[in-house]
Amino acid sequence: MARLNVEIGSLKLKNPVLTASGTFGYGTEFADFVDLNRLGGFIVKGTTLNAREGNDYPRMAETPSGMLNAVGLQNKGVDYFINNIYPTLLDIDSEIIVNVSGASIDDYVEVARRLAPLERINAIEVNISCPNVKQGGMAFGTTCEGAASVTKAVRNAFNKTLIVKLSPNVTDIASIAKAVEAEGADSVSLINTMLGMAIDVERQRPYLSTITGGLSGPAVRPIAVRMVWQVAKAVKIPIIGLGGITSGKDALEFIMAGATAIQVGTYNFVDPTVTSKIVDEIDDYCHRHNVSDINELRGII
Amino acid sequence: MKKYILDFVVRHNEKLGGRFGLLKLTPANGSQLPEIAAGQFVQVSVDGSKTTFLRRPISINFVDKVTNELWLLIRNAGNGTEHLLSSKPGDVLNMVMPLGNGFPVEDATGRVLLVGGGVGTAPLLYLGKILRDNGLDVNYLIGARTKDELLMIDNLKEYGTVYISTDDGSAGDPGLVTQNKVWDEKWDRIYCCGPAPMMKGVARNARKSSTQCFVSLENMMACGVGACLCCVERTTKGNVCVCTEGPVFEINQLTWQD
Repeated sequence: MARLNVEIGSLKLKNPVLTASGTFGYGTEFADFVDLNRLGGFIVKGTTLNAREGNDYPRMAETPSGMLNAVGLQNKGVDYFINNIYPTLLDIDSEIIVNVSGASIDDYVEVARRLAPLERINAIEVNISCPNVKQGGMAFGTTCEGAASVTKAVRNAFNKTLIVKLSPNVTDIASIAKAVEAEGADSVSLINTMLGMAIDVERQRPYLSTITGGLSGPAVRPIAVRMVWQVAKAVKIPIIGLGGITSGKDALEFIMAGATAIQVGTYNFVDPTVTSKIVDEIDDYCHRHNVSDINELRGII
Repeated sequence: MKKYILDFVVRHNEKLGGRFGLLKLTPANGSQLPEIAAGQFVQVSVDGSKTTFLRRPISINFVDKVTNELWLLIRNAGNGTEHLLSSKPGDVLNMVMPLGNGFPVEDATGRVLLVGGGVGTAPLLYLGKILRDNGLDVNYLIGARTKDELLMIDNLKEYGTVYISTDDGSAGDPGLVTQNKVWDEKWDRIYCCGPAPMMKGVARNARKSSTQCFVSLENMMACGVGACLCCVERTTKGNVCVCTEGPVFEINQLTWQD
């Protein structure tokens, strides 16, 4: 499947299929369903400097062709990841990318600094787009200045591949992408969840403890494809596209819109084997269309 | 315990009282059912429903090793479960299973009380069989609003003595399960599954009599495998996933207030 090889910064991926942060645990949760070595890589759960308990239950609601979540970056902190999770991932032959979140720029920098020496972590994805935390998160991702300042600071602390995950909750995502590119990001991933809300009318209260939450799933896919297409016209760095991907066909929409790689998120909950199927479906597409290199399809629209 | 993603064929769909039904299924490829512990659950894909996106978590009601059948007791709680309950013999349902940790049974001894309410009765049928096979004195306490909503009582009777409470007194003791006369007796262990207020009441009774008590929670979940972190319950160890750390918890692990 050499025709599926792609590059993101210094990362050489065996195929463009990654998993989205927060939807695939640490990979091992899916080991009974998917041969993790078949994936281009996986992006582990959002990691912060200190442990976070996350938001109160209830944290999810099913919505048309998707779901809302308000997890709020529950995780055990970067040191727990380094000491307890990282050692369990060393036998996996695909890229492990850590999603990094913080309430302040110093937090992001410190997490990146601690991850930098890990031999198997060749990239981090800086999350400036989480809609479910009160401080930091999306606050940095909705202005060019905020996005640029986080990118610049993390860039100085981390010399391997730096991906910045963008929020769709902005008027002009291309300008944010340009701002992080200018500060040295190697790649941008988009989109994080769309801010949404749902109300249980029988009980006359919101479904989520936080009232609003992040919308994901096929419902957001057309928005995500449009945003990838817009960003592809604006930046030169590679784009990782995500938002409602359920199949090889969906993944190819993002690639044709300008993405170099893609992430599968919410659909892992519906079909835990979907990532492996998407690798096969993209390869089958290349076979049927006589595509010798997946990169030929990138940005053809 | 290894998890599988398997197609199952519906063999029987039996209508029970009220909004309840019982599906009996067998692996579509003819294979033997994997090892399943009482109290585990499945995530069922709901195909062909216009409004359902995620799988539905359903607790395992019974494992019949003779017929190689898995039983799911389902309450019609919306479009997803309604669609499942409209399945016909021969239909195929895809499941991720078995999930979660079952009820601890190895260290149980003596007289045990299994308390169920509504669809929460579901996992207690298989639990009772396992406990009885282990030589225990199995007793059920089943609660319902009214006589017509009592589920699978004849099946439960195969494995233990059944006590009943109904809100309207149409069967058994009138009132809540926590007011039933069985609480005057001494129990070696209590297992409970049902609506949260009922489980909290049972936990209070258990604490009062210093009886070990295990409850099975049914928090809303998306993935069922510990990835989405949506189904969390607050415990003495902080927020933990009900799907992987539970669904069964010893009551002192929980932070339920009296």
